[in-house]
Amino acid sequence: MLHFLFHRLWQSALVMLVMSFVVYALIGLMPGDPIDLMITADPKITAEDAARLRSLYGLDQPIVERYGHWLSSALSGDFGFSRLHARPVMEVLVPAIGNTVILLGLSFGLALLIALPAGIAAAYRPYSKLDYAINMAAFSGISVPPFWLALMLIIVFAVILGVLPAGGLGKIGTEGIWDNLRYLVLPVASLTIASIGGHTRYMRAAMIETLRQDYIRTARATGASEVRVLFGHALRNAMIPVVTIIALDFGFLFSGALITETIFAWPGMGRLIFDAIMGNDFNLALVALLLATVLTLIGNFLADVAYVWLDPRVSFREVER
Amino acid sequence: MTALSTRQIQGESMWALTWRRFLKHRLAVISLGVLALLAVAALAAPLAAALLGSDGETVDLFNRFQGPSLGHPLGTDAIGRDTLIRLLYGGRISLFVGLTAAVAAAVIGTLIGILAGYFGGRLDALLMRFTDGVIALPLLPLLIVLAALDLNKLGLPDAVAASENISLYRIVVIVALVGWTTVARLVRGSALSLRERDFVRAAEAQGASAWRIMGVHILPNLASPIIVATTLSVGNVILLESVLSFLGLGIQPPIPSWGNLLTNAQELIWDAPALAFYPGVMIFVTVIAFNFLGDGLQDALDPRATDRRIAGMSN
Repeated sequence: MLHFLFHRLWQSALVMLVMSFVVYALIGLMPGDPIDLMITADPKITAEDAARLRSLYGLDQPIVERYGHWLSSALSGDFGFSRLHARPVMEVLVPAIGNTVILLGLSFGLALLIALPAGIAAAYRPYSKLDYAINMAAFSGISVPPFWLALMLIIVFAVILGVLPAGGLGKIGTEGIWDNLRYLVLPVASLTIASIGGHTRYMRAAMIETLRQDYIRTARATGASEVRVLFGHALRNAMIPVVTIIALDFGFLFSGALITETIFAWPGMGRLIFDAIMGNDFNLALVALLLATVLTLIGNFLADVAYVWLDPRVSFREVER
Repeated sequence: MTALSTRQIQGESMWALTWRRFLKHRLAVISLGVLALLAVAALAAPLAAALLGSDGETVDLFNRFQGPSLGHPLGTDAIGRDTLIRLLYGGRISLFVGLTAAVAAAVIGTLIGILAGYFGGRLDALLMRFTDGVIALPLLPLLIVLAALDLNKLGLPDAVAASENISLYRIVVIVALVGWTTVARLVRGSALSLRERDFVRAAEAQGASAWRIMGVHILPNLASPIIVATTLSVGNVILLESVLSFLGLGIQPPIPSWGNLLTNAQELIWDAPALAFYPGVMIFVTVIAFNFLGDGLQDALDPRATDRRIAGMSN
């Protein structure tokens, strides 16, 4: 286990290093550098001034050197200033991470609570009416454009019915916790619906496959009740592939968060990344993108741990590459 | 009568068999019909424009936010353009992007997967770690960065970077660049087992080159899974394109796409909720049709798997 952890950490650090350089290089290719922005702000700057500023800030250096400079400051905990927010990057990021974790955590849990039972129910009698209905719903969930779903929810619940707010975070401390929770309903609902379909289909597929196994027939032959067969014998085995796929889907969930947060004006990581990229806030975009990668890597790591935990035949040594 | 006896004597070709199995999957057949209809309607957009007498581009500020009428079956938008015509032209773009980007991604994925699977060893390890790395990247934020890149800084000449259709080509390229991983893994897995088969061994013994073995002996056996995966990914690509265009990073106006038709929908949601409705329905119908089609093709192309299998809306 310790060896596995160590190996994994080392591998993730390597991915992060490569990723940080790729993102650094890509962001350098986006329109406008910090000096261009100064020139737009102050037309009196001459070409010589601009050149002098460029060399002052080291922007005339080759990219590898600039990256090395950024990396050494980052490793000592200095991630620079956010241009849009005029504060250190970390001060902007930390509250946003909290908001995203609330949003993702709630919808992830809710999606599993709905999708796993639905998948099991569909798999119990394949090709029945119930299976057909669940499958139809799952296909619809996969195929609906997530931002459009959010818009439709806003039309129905905010415009037509007027019962829920169309966006924002609520006012803290003024109207009580229940009032603030109302701001969570639509974002959580749209993110949940967007991920239910996939999870249901994974669960159904894995459960159908498991229920065909010989040991299930044996369990039934020994007179075990259907409840015991389903939840005592089948479920744990069926969960092995499902947990892996769902954990790997974490990156997908994060993409969903970006759309949802942008539409519902939810001040989380996804919205922050979008605004940072759009607003030429290089420092913030870079660190936020790296954090998103860390989240995905953590998802992959949890997938491997869960895999070993669910399937005693596999050891950590085998999960390593 | 003659046709029947010919069939009895000669037997059916593999494709005829596949087609008959496909016809059993009702939802997939309906989906194919719907997609054909959509494609014809999109291609006939200029015809519809001529019939209705509005081209979907002319601004008519006296007729903003019109409801449905004979001249404008779905009404008009915020600057008086015909909604239906713009939807049809948008369909051209969305379908074009979906198909070309999905095929381009499949080509990249097939190439990487077949090289990794056939040669194995270090090349396999390298290519698959690379694939894992791409999968670990947060997809949408990465696409947003790629869509925001300054093409002049990439060294593209001004004439290309500033051309009107550049947003169209750009989105095809970036979606293909990040969307090949599924096909690559699939192809690599199958190629790994195919290269151990006797017919590949026999070809090797006869001195066939590696390229010939990959192209002539392995690739045709991979056709089914590649076709299925590509069909399923067309839907995903259309969704991605619509998200990026919605965020203002994909297809740029004045070229309409189903995604960018929704860009202003959120601000106008109080005045004209119907405008936010139609493009989304088009995306939804197209994507779900491609998903059912992929499901049906899977049943038809891989009947052995169907018995033991998974998804299956067929009955």
